Amino acid sequence: MAEPLLQVKNLSVSFQQDTVVDAIDFDIYGGETFALVGESGSGKSITALSVLRLLPNNANIQADSIALNGQNLLTIPEIEFCRWRGRRIGLIFQDPMSSLNPVMTIGAQIAEVIRLHFSLKPADIERRVLELLQQVEIPNPQRRMREYPHQLSGGQRQRVMIAIALAGRPELLIADEPTTALDVTIQAQVLALLKKIQQQTGMALWLISHDLALVSNMADRIAVMEKGVLVETATRAEFFKQPKHPYSRKLLAALPEMRHCQDKTAMPSAPLLQVNDFKVWYPIRKGLFKRVVDHVRAVDGVSFSLQQGKTLALVGESGCGKTTLGKALLNLVPASGGQVWFDGIDLGQLSGEALRKKRAEIQMIFQDPFAAMNPRMLIADIIAEGLKALRPEINAEQRRQKVLQLLKQVELPASSAMRYPHEFSGGQRQRICIARALAVNPKLIICDEPTSALDVSVQAQILQLLKDLQQRQRLSYLFITHDLAVVGEIADEVAVMYQGKIVEMGPAKQVLMAPQHPYTQKLLKAVPVLAAV
Amino acid sequence: MIQYIIRRVAYAIPLLLAVNILTFVLFFVVNSPDDMARMQLGQKHVTEQAINNWKHQHGYDLPLLWNAEQSGLEKLRQTIFYQKSIGLFLFDFGISDSGRNIGHDISERMWPSLALALPSLIVGLLVNITVALMMVLFRNSYLELGTIVLCVILMSISSLFYIIGGQFFIGKILKLVPISGYDSGFSAIKFLILPIIISVISGLGAGARWYRTLFLEEVEKDYVRTARAKGLSEVQVLFRHVLKNAMIPILTGVVVVLPLLFMGSLIMESFFSIPGLGSYTIDAINRQDFAIVRSMVFLGSVLYILGLLMTDISYTWVDPRVRLS
Amino acid sequence: MIVLWTDGLIFILVLAIAVSITLMLRKPHFKRPLAKITQSKTGMVSLVVLLCFAGIGLLDSVHYKDSKTQDIISLLDHFARPLTERSEKTYSAPFSAYLYSKEMIIGEDGLEKWDYPRLKYGGAHLNNPEQEKWPDILSKAATGFGKGVVLALLLYLIFWMICGRKLAESFRPATKAALLTLFLVISLFYMLAYLSHWYHVLGTDKVGEDVFYQTLKSIRTGLVIGTLTTLMMLPLAIGFGIMAGFFRGWVDDVIQFVYTTLNSIPGVLLIAASILMVQVYMANHAEQFTSVLVRADMRLLFLCLILGVTSWTGLCRMLRAETLKLREMEFVQAAESLGVTRPTILIRHILPNVMHIVLISVVLDFSSLVLAEAVLSYINIGVDPTTYSWGNMINGARLEMARDPVVWWSLSAAFLFMFTLVLAANLFADTVRNAFDPRRAEHG
Repeated sequence: MAEPLLQVKNLSVSFQQDTVVDAIDFDIYGGETFALVGESGSGKSITALSVLRLLPNNANIQADSIALNGQNLLTIPEIEFCRWRGRRIGLIFQDPMSSLNPVMTIGAQIAEVIRLHFSLKPADIERRVLELLQQVEIPNPQRRMREYPHQLSGGQRQRVMIAIALAGRPELLIADEPTTALDVTIQAQVLALLKKIQQQTGMALWLISHDLALVSNMADRIAVMEKGVLVETATRAEFFKQPKHPYSRKLLAALPEMRHCQDKTAMPSAPLLQVNDFKVWYPIRKGLFKRVVDHVRAVDGVSFSLQQGKTLALVGESGCGKTTLGKALLNLVPASGGQVWFDGIDLGQLSGEALRKKRAEIQMIFQDPFAAMNPRMLIADIIAEGLKALRPEINAEQRRQKVLQLLKQVELPASSAMRYPHEFSGGQRQRICIARALAVNPKLIICDEPTSALDVSVQAQILQLLKDLQQRQRLSYLFITHDLAVVGEIADEVAVMYQGKIVEMGPAKQVLMAPQHPYTQKLLKAVPVLAAV
Repeated sequence: MIQYIIRRVAYAIPLLLAVNILTFVLFFVVNSPDDMARMQLGQKHVTEQAINNWKHQHGYDLPLLWNAEQSGLEKLRQTIFYQKSIGLFLFDFGISDSGRNIGHDISERMWPSLALALPSLIVGLLVNITVALMMVLFRNSYLELGTIVLCVILMSISSLFYIIGGQFFIGKILKLVPISGYDSGFSAIKFLILPIIISVISGLGAGARWYRTLFLEEVEKDYVRTARAKGLSEVQVLFRHVLKNAMIPILTGVVVVLPLLFMGSLIMESFFSIPGLGSYTIDAINRQDFAIVRSMVFLGSVLYILGLLMTDISYTWVDPRVRLS
Repeated sequence: MIVLWTDGLIFILVLAIAVSITLMLRKPHFKRPLAKITQSKTGMVSLVVLLCFAGIGLLDSVHYKDSKTQDIISLLDHFARPLTERSEKTYSAPFSAYLYSKEMIIGEDGLEKWDYPRLKYGGAHLNNPEQEKWPDILSKAATGFGKGVVLALLLYLIFWMICGRKLAESFRPATKAALLTLFLVISLFYMLAYLSHWYHVLGTDKVGEDVFYQTLKSIRTGLVIGTLTTLMMLPLAIGFGIMAGFFRGWVDDVIQFVYTTLNSIPGVLLIAASILMVQVYMANHAEQFTSVLVRADMRLLFLCLILGVTSWTGLCRMLRAETLKLREMEFVQAAESLGVTRPTILIRHILPNVMHIVLISVVLDFSSLVLAEAVLSYINIGVDPTTYSWGNMINGARLEMARDPVVWWSLSAAFLFMFTLVLAANLFADTVRNAFDPRRAEHG
């Protein structure tokens, strides 16, 4: 085998007392795609940043050597190292919106790298910027280079980031979760672009990701990181055929897959939730007197029904109106039209106290378990809040009993009751949120991306918990998600939403395996699936 | 954009009306025109006739808010409130209680105010930004710590001491510049140097600290990391990326006070005997000349609202993300 | 015992602070930052200094009618009686035995001559001030300091005996620094008090009054303005800010209109107008005020009120912005879907999550208010001219800067005390902000 392009020997990174990267060794060879896989907090991003010396000052980096093309980077003084960053090693970050300077045109941001590393005439620089924008397939580059980041779409911004990273003609491109913030169809395009450019330029690609399915389609070699330790390094073929380390096996097992969807034919019965021609429109006001000239149709005439004890997955990309629909059903966002029949009652006919009580039978679990709990309240008070509001007649002791019972249901220790939210991990918090929702005996729970902020292994546990609860308590779920693999794990029926409308609806197996609508087909095609090895 | 400006100007009218009502209530409800006349004419030995004459002369011989003797709209119009307010809205400030033309005084005295306030603002801004940038560049070093301590000390000293100390040491002991006074044209410079230096120093502590937090906030953002990954050095990162973004809150914070610079600085002007609007206001307060104080309140409000409008517009210039609608 | 308006409010404030600290100690999200403050050296040292000022201010806030003179005096006046009774004819420098200005005096030889006369009280025990004065001052200072040290040690001993053992384990560098500061303050203060039996340690002013006494009395004025103003504005700022952010719609419009109106009036002019109004009112209703002290107190209170009215808008705007952010948070939406009523959400979810902002801004405002008092008094729209305040001291002294030799002591005394108080307040405010601001808290 040839000399490695990047050779890392015995790298450790620590912040004060915490060691976040613990004595890892790996090599990256020229022209290959090397994937570093791990869950959040495993230290994979820190590893990349420490190679480029981009960590904050309080980080303590130690290594025997970090060598690029045989030259030890650790011995290069900071002033000279500036000429290496961007020139020899390019870097792409997760969130293209915050990673681009909002007050500079994208042309200027790309030109800056070129001016820094190559001595070119202004006209040549502009030509090179255009060339780069064409290379990352941004349409109309002449105009786009004078625009600001906020005028571009998410996918285009990430393309600009790639252009910035390519501008120095690096030998190694580090991509730190390059598609995590993007929709699945855009993700597929960006990955294809990365692959194409790699083939054109012959540079090495160091891909950092949490997504094994994605990695299986991209990487030549895979390294798995757990809590700062590199537990396994293998070629793709070896890894997916027979992962050696138990943690790798666990990761693979936890991966949700569409083909797990079951063919459940529902017994026709009276629906629990029946939504007819439901609309949420936001007015657009213009002119001197702020007249309403048009509407943003976030949810535009949606109809569906959901039976007791079943799960309807509402699938769509960001901005399709799926979250707005969920919130509008709870009256957190005012609806503009349509009917909602819940449990045989038209919610539009209820008002005041009756509505408040009835609505409490619909509960919601949110995406971000960190934001979903008041940081100033005890877990016991958080869970008991709904009881206090809806059933003031029960006394404190009964409430306490109920809280303990709920904690047991979501498999948390009773001692959690007297603690505060910040003491729990993401998965535990999501369990508390589920307990809070269960406290008021709901019939329907709207789950708004409940697992997308969680690691795969935790995600699998939460999905299992939700399934168990559904079986025991005949709960119905309206499961809002962008992740089709998760849909396969949990849904009985699937509704695909696109620009405020439902474009396809049916049993899970039918929609996932034999999609009819072109948008659904496109969506499904873009989902990364574990590549057959 | 133009529609936005029109709407904002329309919004200013109720605001100014509210300001006017408030000052009117403050001045006239407790303090009747009779009291004012007595105060202006001297407390003792004032005849009823003299008071009535004074009131008539200055337009205070009408009812306050409601004239029952008149009919129709005149019931509202023939009142002190209407007569005194309508002039203000037309920027006709009338005559002061001591008989001078306020509008003329203002147009004459705002230039010395501006000559002091504008350089103070600009020099202060430059010095503050320089010090703040230095602190951010050398962050986590003893130099930064020392500068922070110095800033806290500077901001713990009352501005009065800066003025008194400056006048005493530079003016009286070292005799570098005249202690106070003013002159027309360019010869005013020697009178202005000391007050400008003093206002820059007295604002340095709080200003530099505030800008430092703004810079530090920007330094922690993701795009700064991108800039470093491009290969820019720390100084280049600060000047090309951080400064540009931090200038948005700094500039808009400056724009809002720009119109108010005409009003001058009360304390500086009175200490250094600069014949600006600030000392004019102080004199009015001390002489209890309500007509002047009322005019200055109105003028201040107009300038403040103008400043708010200019801030909104300046956002669209410095921040490409902002569009007014 | 006579309770003036500001006295009453101060005691209510002290009570409120005590109650809120006990409440805060029960909540971990407050206890953690508080513990952080106790670990900070600058924070603890500045807190001790602030508490010493507060102690003097509180002593000066217990008023009663003196049985002999029928004047209303405070406990501080009682302790400082030697200072009040020993007034000279006019200016005299600190530790001086002679008057500032020359007079016709009759010498020992019976001849009249134009010279500096001896002071009635300052250094009166000396026969030959030129030679005896400095050795005398040094020896008396040493004695005073020694007695102060003994007093401080005695206090520590008593404290130790009552609750020492438990505290001993939790001794930290910050606690040591705080105790050392307290030790120095007590000793030095005792030394000054001891010396002022024989000398005017900070000189005398135009009418011969002791400047040390004046600065001590000024402490209360500064503290009252710094704290009561906040007390006045807090209900307005919190109530309006949270309501505007939470209910939005027309409530928000009205509140925004109110604070834009108030903001657009130049603050100084609003204060000036209000103070002029009060002056006229007081002149017309002189019978309502039994004494000069009561009248000055009313004016002080009113000044706090009007300063509060002009300064609530800043905090209100901050709270509105924060509430707007919070109400979109998912825990608020969760509470709404659980059927929790809006007032309950406001009190249980919004209010506790903005309290750290309130706390930070209260502490930050304190020092700027103390500084503002001096400026306002200079324009004659501050406290009553008869009230002792640093602003009035500066105002009186600055006119004398032109004299030769310069009368520097009133100004220096005001500067020294004001600077110490404001510096301590600023340093403490920084510590509080670092401890409570969640973004700063992350960085340790």
